[in-house]
Amino acid sequence: MTTRIDARFAELARQGRSAFVTFVMAGDPDPATSLDILKALPKAGADVIEIGMPFTDPMADGPSIQAAGLRALKAGMTLKKTLEMVRGFRKDDDSTPLVLMGYYNPIYIYGVDKFLVDAKTSGVDGLIIVDLPPEEDNELCLPAMKAGLNFIRLATPTTDDKRLPAVLANTSGFVYYVSITGITGSASADSTVVGEAVARIKRHTKLPVCVGFGIRTPDAARAIAENANGAVVGTALVDALNASLDAGGRATPKTVGAVADLVAELAQGVRGAKQAAE
Amino acid sequence: MNPNLPNSFRTGPDERGHFGIFGGRFVAETLMPLILDLEKAYADAKADPAFQAEMNGYLKHYVGRPSPLYLAERLTEHLGGAKIYFKREELNHTGSHKVNNVLGQIMVARRMGKKRIIAETGAGQHGVATATLCARFGLECVVYMGAVDVERQQPNVIRMEMLGARVVPVQSGSRTLKDAMNDALRDWVTNVHNTFYCIGTVAGPHPYPMMVRDFQSIIGDETRQQMQEAEGRLPDSLIACIGGGSNAMGLFHPFLDDPSVEIFGVEAAGHGLTQLHAASIAGGRPGVLHGNRTYLLMDDDGQIQDAHSISAGLDYPGIGPEHSWLHETGRVTYLSATDDEALEAFQLLSRLEGIIPALEPAHAIAKVMELAPKRPKDHLMVLNLSGRGDKDVPQVGDILKGKKS
Repeated sequence: MTTRIDARFAELARQGRSAFVTFVMAGDPDPATSLDILKALPKAGADVIEIGMPFTDPMADGPSIQAAGLRALKAGMTLKKTLEMVRGFRKDDDSTPLVLMGYYNPIYIYGVDKFLVDAKTSGVDGLIIVDLPPEEDNELCLPAMKAGLNFIRLATPTTDDKRLPAVLANTSGFVYYVSITGITGSASADSTVVGEAVARIKRHTKLPVCVGFGIRTPDAARAIAENANGAVVGTALVDALNASLDAGGRATPKTVGAVADLVAELAQGVRGAKQAAE
Repeated sequence: MNPNLPNSFRTGPDERGHFGIFGGRFVAETLMPLILDLEKAYADAKADPAFQAEMNGYLKHYVGRPSPLYLAERLTEHLGGAKIYFKREELNHTGSHKVNNVLGQIMVARRMGKKRIIAETGAGQHGVATATLCARFGLECVVYMGAVDVERQQPNVIRMEMLGARVVPVQSGSRTLKDAMNDALRDWVTNVHNTFYCIGTVAGPHPYPMMVRDFQSIIGDETRQQMQEAEGRLPDSLIACIGGGSNAMGLFHPFLDDPSVEIFGVEAAGHGLTQLHAASIAGGRPGVLHGNRTYLLMDDDGQIQDAHSISAGLDYPGIGPEHSWLHETGRVTYLSATDDEALEAFQLLSRLEGIIPALEPAHAIAKVMELAPKRPKDHLMVLNLSGRGDKDVPQVGDILKGKKS
């Protein structure tokens, strides 16, 4: 089965360039503004969109994304509303891949089977669930594959050659390489070291490898894009959104543009990369 | 009878860390290789007689074990029913049962060559025990503690700092134990190459719930032998307070396959079960947080709710996965006590027995006050007196002053 993710990476490979993958938190700072931001992303240059599912206890996230999730929850966001948002986006865009990213508990409470049906019919293409390693594949990964959704796994600097095959076994869509040991928005990655890590993963898989954590500027995005099939930016976008809010944490007329403008700049960086890794 | 009841309650977890549907390894990939290493290192240590011998030496000469099993005559007389014994874990070095587990984990960390130790703490008892053992073995120590708890457990903060630990006040979320655990996990993900996470309770990803239980089971093992010496038989009932549930699991586990022994865990009911509380079994349902599936307090969307308890050590919206399983199988009965009930028990014990208990076991004492009068005089009841109340004296003093005025 081919998902929108597979189709998009195939198309980018034909164009000879890497993907620009953006992360935004669903419902941040409120559901309506969040949908407007989502709709603005493809035009601004996002090739793949990761949508954060807000959770009270995001153990792998730094302060920026923690705060984004709490803003969304405070504005009444739920997993059900996140799926509604996906349906809203799909009214005008049937090609940009959408990946839901977050933690397992809200999905477990929603009900795994019901969630997979609702996610698929809403237009979700893939899932990244931070707290589901291969050891827990029976929970969601295998059912998701059966339901026709890509389960995108995180590989990290601690995932050694011995462990990589287990991590890659039930992965589809792409591999998300976490370039640092740490939480989102902390240290930045050294592109040379990242290049070596991507090459190591590519010895084990034909899947595209995207790299995230610690990428904040067009130059950094370009450097990563030269060494991988995609560069993921999250915290920098969330920070730009946050900086556009009023004192009470509410959206202003500048909010959507603040995110879209930064996406456009970063997309220029990615598109300026010499050659995508093969 | 439940047809799914196991032949033994003491064989868990399975090789994937499951107690029934509970437990597991729900962690970020960054941590997974280390967790597998830890599982192996712990299995090796457990099988190594030299490890056991070294640990027994420290337990005896440094911790001060065995802790006494004490007949609380005046409380027994006051309540007029069961004969009440206290397992005196509050007499251990550092003032609580926490040191049993920390000693074990620090010795495993040493075997693994880890030089930096991190811990989360609620009341500060686990933090103090960790800071103590790190001082003893010359290891760097960082303790994450919710900012609310830093405020209400000042004596323990000062102790940890005197012992050379760095205490990091956690400002996120409800700024209590749950959030301290989140930030400890974030530290661990960042510093995974040199850091050992010393978890304070029978929760977290496998192998922690099993490993912590094993290190705490010395409480129940000693109790069994001491009761044999005192009364020539098994106790009839056991009772302990539960936040994550490590002191309770340590007392309970060696008795799980003795059907004549009734077992009670006491959760913190805070302001009451219909209001803010920390009773995950009474008021929660199964979910996934902090590396394991277990009973959690949460809303309909799966968002974790803030717990509340007067006792910082019980102020956590979850419980160890093995307790969830013991609840579902019906082997252990889980009760709860409110803030006010715990305060009353705290005062009663101080005056009747000359023992100021920590607010945590005061919750279990509150249920002893209910259960003991209904039992015959030859009924042997063991309460785990898991910690001493020195740390709570300023807080309780303020509350009682407030109530009088």
